[in-house]
Amino acid sequence: MAKLSNIIGKRSNWSIPYTVFLILFVALPLILIMAYAFIDESGRFTLANITRFFGDSDALSTFAVSIEIAIENTLICLLLGYPVAWILANNKFNRSGVTIIIFILPMWINALMRTLATADLFNMLGITLGKGTLLFGMVYDYLPFMIYPIYNVLRRMDPSYAEAAQDLGAKPANVFMNVTLPLSMPGITSGIMMVFMPTVSTFAISEFLTNNKIKLFGTIIQENINSSMWNYGAALSFIMLIIIGISTLLTGSGEEEAPAGGGLI
Amino acid sequence: MSESNIIISLDHVSKWFGEKRVLDDVSLNIKKGEFVTILGPSGCGKTTTLRIIAGFETPDEGNIFIGGELMNKVQPHKRPVNTVFQRYALFPHLNVFDNIAFGLKLNGVPKDEIEKRVLRVLKMVGMTDYEWRNVDSLSGGQQQRVAIARAIVNRPAVLLLDEPLSALDHKMRKDMQIELKQMHKKLGITFVYVTHDQEEALTLSDTVVVMNEGVVQQIGTPTDIYNEPVNCFVADFIGESNIFNGTMIADRLVSFMGHEFECVDEGFGENVPVDVVVRPEDIYIMPRTDKGQFDGTVSSCIFKGVHYEMIVNTPDGHELMIQDYNAFEVGMEVSMIIKPNDIQVMKKERVCNTLEGEMIDSTHVEILDTSFECLPQEGLNSGDKVLVEVDFDKIDLTDDKRDGACEGDITFILYKADHYHLTVRTESGENVYVDTQDVWEDRDIVGVNIRPEDMRIRLAEAKA
Repeated sequence: MAKLSNIIGKRSNWSIPYTVFLILFVALPLILIMAYAFIDESGRFTLANITRFFGDSDALSTFAVSIEIAIENTLICLLLGYPVAWILANNKFNRSGVTIIIFILPMWINALMRTLATADLFNMLGITLGKGTLLFGMVYDYLPFMIYPIYNVLRRMDPSYAEAAQDLGAKPANVFMNVTLPLSMPGITSGIMMVFMPTVSTFAISEFLTNNKIKLFGTIIQENINSSMWNYGAALSFIMLIIIGISTLLTGSGEEEAPAGGGLI
Repeated sequence: MSESNIIISLDHVSKWFGEKRVLDDVSLNIKKGEFVTILGPSGCGKTTTLRIIAGFETPDEGNIFIGGELMNKVQPHKRPVNTVFQRYALFPHLNVFDNIAFGLKLNGVPKDEIEKRVLRVLKMVGMTDYEWRNVDSLSGGQQQRVAIARAIVNRPAVLLLDEPLSALDHKMRKDMQIELKQMHKKLGITFVYVTHDQEEALTLSDTVVVMNEGVVQQIGTPTDIYNEPVNCFVADFIGESNIFNGTMIADRLVSFMGHEFECVDEGFGENVPVDVVVRPEDIYIMPRTDKGQFDGTVSSCIFKGVHYEMIVNTPDGHELMIQDYNAFEVGMEVSMIIKPNDIQVMKKERVCNTLEGEMIDSTHVEILDTSFECLPQEGLNSGDKVLVEVDFDKIDLTDDKRDGACEGDITFILYKADHYHLTVRTESGENVYVDTQDVWEDRDIVGVNIRPEDMRIRLAEAKA
């Protein structure tokens, strides 16, 4: 028993459960994706899975559509989310803080259920499922992820910055463009990252809200894996990871300058 | 606005934050080119006054004029004033140059002129060659200079400064005070400066406005404010002082500490209770002699750099603070003289507590939102509006608020040579004033008791 207390007594040993968890559920899957992406069905090393994607016009066009939808979704979320965040952060309109709960509330319900309900609603109203309904569903799902980080940054912003700008002769529009907006960039970047990246890989929303008329990149990964094409599926996942990695690096560099940036809750 | 040299005028301005009245009928005229300091303890309304001038707050009552024009509803960006904020509020996403050029760019000043003007103000605040620096990389003092440069580059008619030196260390403050004073001379514009530091106010200003609890207490030159405070608050807040309860016996004759003193004040009437202020450096102290006006014993003596600060006790229980270049040892028997010129007599704001109340029944009266027992009152019926008078020394304070009939907190403590004069803000929002020998602390929460026999109750005169 003395040995056990020794193990517990040593501070660094406390990290063992977390290390095991990380290895099992983060590192190992990533290694497996890499491994599967670069071997063929008989287990030999090959680049064919990767090159196949660049020759696969279906996959390429799906990829392009995914990026396009993701950009559109992110833009709509930003345009809708920023004013909402601004209103919520403004004490004049949000004295009790109840309003923010109203916007966060939908996030407590499973996204799949919300999406299914939205699809049913469209069917009931006789609206044909397509790109419009897909974007609607995506915006509905991801809007809170845009609002919250921007809200956080705006709420913590020292009001004397805006007052100083006014004092120096800035009209309300100038105050926003020259001070509030640039100072809320950390919130905007983290909002963009939280909306854009999951949108690229989503498949459930497109499946339910377009009846699979529009396929997203996540959809073809899922299809390949479902039909046991593990190696090609892994290669597509790998490509997506690279893209996510690059976009994280690009936005991440801006984040470092302003550590006050907001995350989700 | 008949006088053309008045640039800012506050005319009976009041402001509420919710239930709390933060400014109470503030009137103030500021002359062109003046260095005006608004001085007071925290929460006295000085910053709110500045924010009303800048336009960040609007008066609930009264008017604000700048340059003779009514400004109540004019947005901050349209006012001819610029502000140096307490925490500077330099834009963290812009460098020093762009921070200073911010106002000029908005006003469409040509590029080459912007550059010329920015470089000129940078030179003026001693920050040449700093224009491309990130503002976060500057020290507090440097940020302060940039904040001043950013305000004065727009050539405002009035520069507003909200406790601009409060974040700096002592030495730096002293240096910046001198620089601000020089800058004021060089620019020739009006400075309105807010501070809680009385020494800073006396050093910098042409005019000092002393505020407390949203009310202007006194407006005057630093010498006026120091030598002729109008009430105990001003006397106590500005510099060190000995404050006594006294009686004006006749013109130019006042009595306090059981002695009669010649003074220079007239027109108070005969045998009128007054407050008397004597500055510690104005009491002449000497070894025991027959020529003194009164005697005492030194109980403490501290060297303060230029002078010695002594506490002297008189036989009848008064405690005086005296400053002198000579040291008198502890325990030494001394005599004192106060010259007529050095005695400042002030009218008492009140001689007892007068509380508005209502009779509940013949032996109970409601004052301070609380029912108090009183002696049976003849001729008063329940529901009658009454005034209840209680002497300062007849109010008992208890340590535990539950032991009191009602609860209050101590908002102001004034030492009056042989007792403390406390201001207690009760839960009903009314003040009661208490004379006591006990030592209490500022912000102490206390219980308030009044004995039935100490109340003088009379019918309030019906309001027309």
